[in-house]
Amino acid sequence: MADPKMTRIYIMGKAYDVPTGVTIMDAMEYAGYRFIRGAGCRSGFCGACGTVYRKAGEYRLEFALACQEMVQPGMQLAQLPFTPAPRAAYALGELNPDENVLLQYYPEIARCVACNTCTKSCPQDIEVMDYIQAALRGDLARVAELSFDCIQCGLCAMRCPADIKHYHVAQMARRLHGVSGSPIPAHLAARRAEIDSGAYDREIDELTALDHDALRARYAARQIEKDSEEERL
Amino acid sequence: MNQTRYFPGCSLKETARSFEMSALYVMERLGRPLVELDRWNCCGTVFSLTADDLMHHLASVRNLIRAQEAGAHELVALCAMCYNTLGRVGRRVSTDREALDKINAFMNSEADYDGRVGVRHLLQVLRDDVGWDRLAAAAECPLDGFAVAGYYGCTLLRPKDVAVDDPERPTVMTDAIEAVGATAVPFPFAGECCGSYQTVDRRDLSTERSYRVLRAARRAGADTIATACPLCQHNLEEARRELGERDGIGSLTIVYFTELLAAAFGIAPERLPEALAARLAARATAQGEER
Repeated sequence: MADPKMTRIYIMGKAYDVPTGVTIMDAMEYAGYRFIRGAGCRSGFCGACGTVYRKAGEYRLEFALACQEMVQPGMQLAQLPFTPAPRAAYALGELNPDENVLLQYYPEIARCVACNTCTKSCPQDIEVMDYIQAALRGDLARVAELSFDCIQCGLCAMRCPADIKHYHVAQMARRLHGVSGSPIPAHLAARRAEIDSGAYDREIDELTALDHDALRARYAARQIEKDSEEERL
Repeated sequence: MNQTRYFPGCSLKETARSFEMSALYVMERLGRPLVELDRWNCCGTVFSLTADDLMHHLASVRNLIRAQEAGAHELVALCAMCYNTLGRVGRRVSTDREALDKINAFMNSEADYDGRVGVRHLLQVLRDDVGWDRLAAAAECPLDGFAVAGYYGCTLLRPKDVAVDDPERPTVMTDAIEAVGATAVPFPFAGECCGSYQTVDRRDLSTERSYRVLRAARRAGADTIATACPLCQHNLEEARRELGERDGIGSLTIVYFTELLAAAFGIAPERLPEALAARLAARATAQGEER
């Protein structure tokens, strides 16, 4: 009888018994892997730890971030921490944000056959194919909106049969939309003026003058939520 | 409940915006407002002729699934190219069970397509559901003095099982135009090809093809050409600009058929293409002088 506290998984084809209920990333470290690359924030935000796996008895390949997905019995996995997908070089301020700009820099989006494989590979549950379709018709605002939660893990681009670099396309669209499609919030100018006027200089000067131990004590005693609540009030 | 689900297609959101705008205006005025299909994607552009190339039918099938999800029994296309692709894929998978099963299996976790959504072109809706009488009744500013050649090109007529009308002697477009007061000009090139995508890397070819269409329309006495396809519109207009001095084709006004209908329904001229608005203004001046 197998130990219920341990789970057998297969990392790149080799069997390991790892503690039940840990994340893929923790399991790999438990098995002896040491991450130089392919690990970042460990909180599901940075997109560095893209991982592909198949569960026992499943024909379908699944996708996750190693720091977020729990190991399951019989899981076969490998990390895909990087996608070789060159990003187009452009000067944002010099671009004409018309309906053809994305096609011009990423012409392969016209190869989309709407197979939806990209959407199924997204660990963020983004409607990737829908935003590529919006990109095709030059709808920058829609691309920006649909792709907002993208963390650039690149799994979509790795799976695409049309060789589209979805996440780069989306990033370009969000940048263009930010520059030309969305209003500049008034409070941003106010905050910049506040900073320029030196409103925070005293505090930062005080912090930079502290020695290591004093800084550490201040860090441990910080009250992020409470302070920000008070500031809002 | 009298809602018609329509498929705009990519071009109508880019270069052919006034095709969509005028169609929406016309249908609103006729009391049959068009409702844009939710979450549509590119139709696939060209129907794949390779029998086992089901991958290239996915795009169209997915749109038909969106219509099915919306509870619509049919999808109405405005762009002739989209109409052709959606219509042919729809027919293929509704009659070829094996192909449909394969496509549904590929999409696995997504909703299956049941093969039951019909595809029609707006011209068919105008003819079969609205009728020419209602079109005529809505024409507050009839297009007297316009001699219009209806240009169908390939995709509204071929292959014949998706033809919107008799593929050899189509009249549906000019019937619509005549209903709103213009004179229809029959011409022998109504179903000839404009050169299509050859414009991308063999522009000389598409210009030559389009020139022949324009020349034939001009010789038949037309001063206006009505189109239903953004690519045809583009190619004909390019040929008109490039070879305008030949055979008087430069004087032709080339517009979407919906723009002519909208003009007849009295849409504000600033919403129409400049060339058409100018024609309407000139006509109004001439009529003023007669009185």
